[in-house]
Amino acid sequence: MSIHVGNAETARPFPDAARAALDDAQLRTNVRNATNIIQAKRNNMTAELADWEALRNAAHAIKTHTLRYLDVYLEQFEANVTREGGKVHWAADADEANQIIARIIADRGGKEVIKVKTMTSNEVRLNECLEAQGITPIETDLADLIVQLGNQDPSHIVVPALHINRTQIRDIFRSKLPLHELGIEDLTDDPSQLAEAARLYLRHKFLTVDIGISGANFAVADTGAIVLVESEGNGRMCLTLPDVLITLVGIEKIVPTFRDLEVFLQALPRSATGERMNPYNSIWTGIAPGDGPTEFHVVLLDNGRTDVLANGEGREALNCIRCGACLNVCPVYHQTGGHAYGSVYQGPIGAIITPQLQSLEHSRTLPFASSLCGACYDVCPVKINIPEILIYLRGQIIRENQRTVAGKFDLENMAMQAMALVFASSGVMTTAEAIAKLAQNSFVHDGVIDSLPAILSGWTNSRDLMPIPEQSFRQWWSQRRKEQ
Amino acid sequence: MISDSRSAILSRIRAANKLAATAEREREYGAVARDYRIQGSLNDADRLHLFDERIRHYNGTPFYSTGDIKSDIAAILARRSKHTLVIPAEFPSDWLPEECHFIRDENLTKQQLDGVDGVLTTCTLAIALTGTIVVESSSAQGRRAATLIPDYHLCVVRQSDIVELVPEAIRRLERIKHRPLTFISGPSATVDIEMTRVRGVHGPRTLDILLI
Repeated sequence: MSIHVGNAETARPFPDAARAALDDAQLRTNVRNATNIIQAKRNNMTAELADWEALRNAAHAIKTHTLRYLDVYLEQFEANVTREGGKVHWAADADEANQIIARIIADRGGKEVIKVKTMTSNEVRLNECLEAQGITPIETDLADLIVQLGNQDPSHIVVPALHINRTQIRDIFRSKLPLHELGIEDLTDDPSQLAEAARLYLRHKFLTVDIGISGANFAVADTGAIVLVESEGNGRMCLTLPDVLITLVGIEKIVPTFRDLEVFLQALPRSATGERMNPYNSIWTGIAPGDGPTEFHVVLLDNGRTDVLANGEGREALNCIRCGACLNVCPVYHQTGGHAYGSVYQGPIGAIITPQLQSLEHSRTLPFASSLCGACYDVCPVKINIPEILIYLRGQIIRENQRTVAGKFDLENMAMQAMALVFASSGVMTTAEAIAKLAQNSFVHDGVIDSLPAILSGWTNSRDLMPIPEQSFRQWWSQRRKEQ
Repeated sequence: MISDSRSAILSRIRAANKLAATAEREREYGAVARDYRIQGSLNDADRLHLFDERIRHYNGTPFYSTGDIKSDIAAILARRSKHTLVIPAEFPSDWLPEECHFIRDENLTKQQLDGVDGVLTTCTLAIALTGTIVVESSSAQGRRAATLIPDYHLCVVRQSDIVELVPEAIRRLERIKHRPLTFISGPSATVDIEMTRVRGVHGPRTLDILLI
C-alpha cells in the first residue's frame, strides 16, 4: 500500500513548524483577520436558524449511519452511476488513484486539464503525478490559483490562500499572470480587480480545455449523483464544458439519499463560508445527453479510510464534511495558521484525520497540537467530538512510545509514571506534598513560580505556576471535619 | 487490478463494521431524527418579501411583473443595455420582445455562448430563506452551459414556485432528482481574498429576477 496524505510523512514535527510560523507577524495578522471575519459570519448564520441544533443532530446521525453500512451505500452509488452512463473506478491508495486518472487523460491525448478545488487531489498529490507525465493541471479556484502561482501550499481546507492578504495576491498576479496580454495595465490590490484578472486569465482555458477534474462534497447513493458546492462558477465550468469529466471522491463522502441533501446543503454553507447558501450548487448524475460531458468517471478513493473506519474510537473523523469551521475557531490555528500542520488537512480536524489516515506512522505530534478547549466540537456541523478523539490518539501514541526502550526511559514518561504512583496512594501523596512545599521555596518570587530548571522550564517559559499552598485542600477538609 | 481494489475496499469496510445486520439498515435509516424545520410557516406575502430581501442581500435584483411579461422583459433588458440573448429551446415565444435579438440554444458552441450579452430562462423553483433559484437541465430551462458562460442572467420566477425552506425545495425536486440541477444564489462570487464576498468571478456577474 502506498498511502500518502500530501507530504505529511516528511513534514516537520508540529512544535518546530509552529515556532517558525509564530515568528511570521504578517502571517499571523492575515490569519487572525480572515478567521475573525469568517467566524463572525458563521456565528450569525447559525444563530438565525432556530433549528440549527436539530440540523446538527440529523447530520451526525445520517453520517454515522452511513459509515455503518458504507459497503451497501457504495455499491448502490456505483450501480446508479453506471446506470446513468458513468464509470466507477476503485482506488485502494493514492498511487492507484493517480494512475487511474493519468491513464484516462493519456488515453485521450490530453495535455492540459482544468481542475476545481479538490483537497482529495492534494491528498493524493495528483498534480505532481500529472506533471511528471507531461500533463499540465490548471487550478481554477481563485485561492488554489493563487497558491499554485505563488508556489505555496494550501493553508486552509476551504480557503487555501487564507494566509495571504490582498497586497501579496496582487504581487503574485503581477509576477505570474500575463497581465499585459489580458489587457490589464495597472493591477491594484482591490479584490474585485484581482477577481477580474483571474476571470480573464481562466476564461480561455475554460472554453478550450477538453478534460476536467473535480472533487465532490457529497455522493448520493440512491441516485448516483455528485454534489459540488462552490462560489465562483469555476466548478460549473469544469464539470459542464469539457468532454471528459473525472471526479475523485473519498469513500466517506457518501450520503444515502437525495433527501439527505436538505440537511447538508444547510449545514455546509453556513459553517464553511458563513453564507445562507453559497452562489452555486451543482448536482448531476452520470451523463446527461446534450448537456455537459459525454464521458464521466468517478474514482472512489480509500487511501487509509478503511483503517480509520476499523478504529472504533477514531472513526467519527470520517463524518467530516470539510467545512473548516473548526480551523476558524481554534486558538492554536489562530496563532500558527495552517502550514504548521504539515498536511492538506489542517487545524483540529486535520490533527485527527492526518495521523489516522497514516495509521499513526507519521504526523504523530498533531494530536498534541491542541489546548482541548472544545471550541471545535461546539461548531462542528456534524458534531464530531474532536477533543475526545485527540485524547484517545494521544493515549495510543504514548502507549506505543512506552513499548520502545527510548520511550520507556523518556524523562516525561518517567515523570508521569512517578506521578501515577504518587496519585495512587494518599500516604505517598501527603509525603510528596510536604517535600514539594520545601523544594519549591527557592523558586517562588512574588508569590508565583516564574522559572523552573531543566525539563520543567517548558511550563514556565510562557506562564507562571502557582506555588503549592501552605494548606492543601485535603488538609483543610480533614481539619474542617474534625472541628465539626 | 481495478476489480481487486473494489473487493479489497468493500471487504475491509465489512470487516471494520463487524455487522451483518443489513436487514436493519432501512429501519435504522428511517429512525434518524429529523427534528429540523420541514414545513415553512410564512404566508404568501411574507414568503415573497423574504425572498426579495434575501435575493438583494446577495446582489441579485428582483423585478415585479406588471402583468405584461413581454414588456417587463423589454424594460429590464433596456435598463441593462442587453440586446442579444440566448434562450432555451422551448422558452415561450410570446414573452419575447421584438426589440431584442434572441437566439434559441440548439447546440450553440461554447464560443457562441461567450459571444452573447446574456441568457434568459425560467426556473423550477425558488427558496425564500436562502435567496436561491433552482434551474434544471431541460428544454424549457436550457443546458447548464447556457446559464453559465454569458455574463448576464435574467430568470423568470413564478411567485407560486417560491418555497420557504430548503427541505421543501428538496422534496419538490425529488421527481426530477436524476436531472442535472443547479442551485443559484446571487451572481457568481468569491470569498477567497480575505474572506470578503466579491461579486463576479466566472459565472454571470449580474443576476436579475423577474417575479410573475
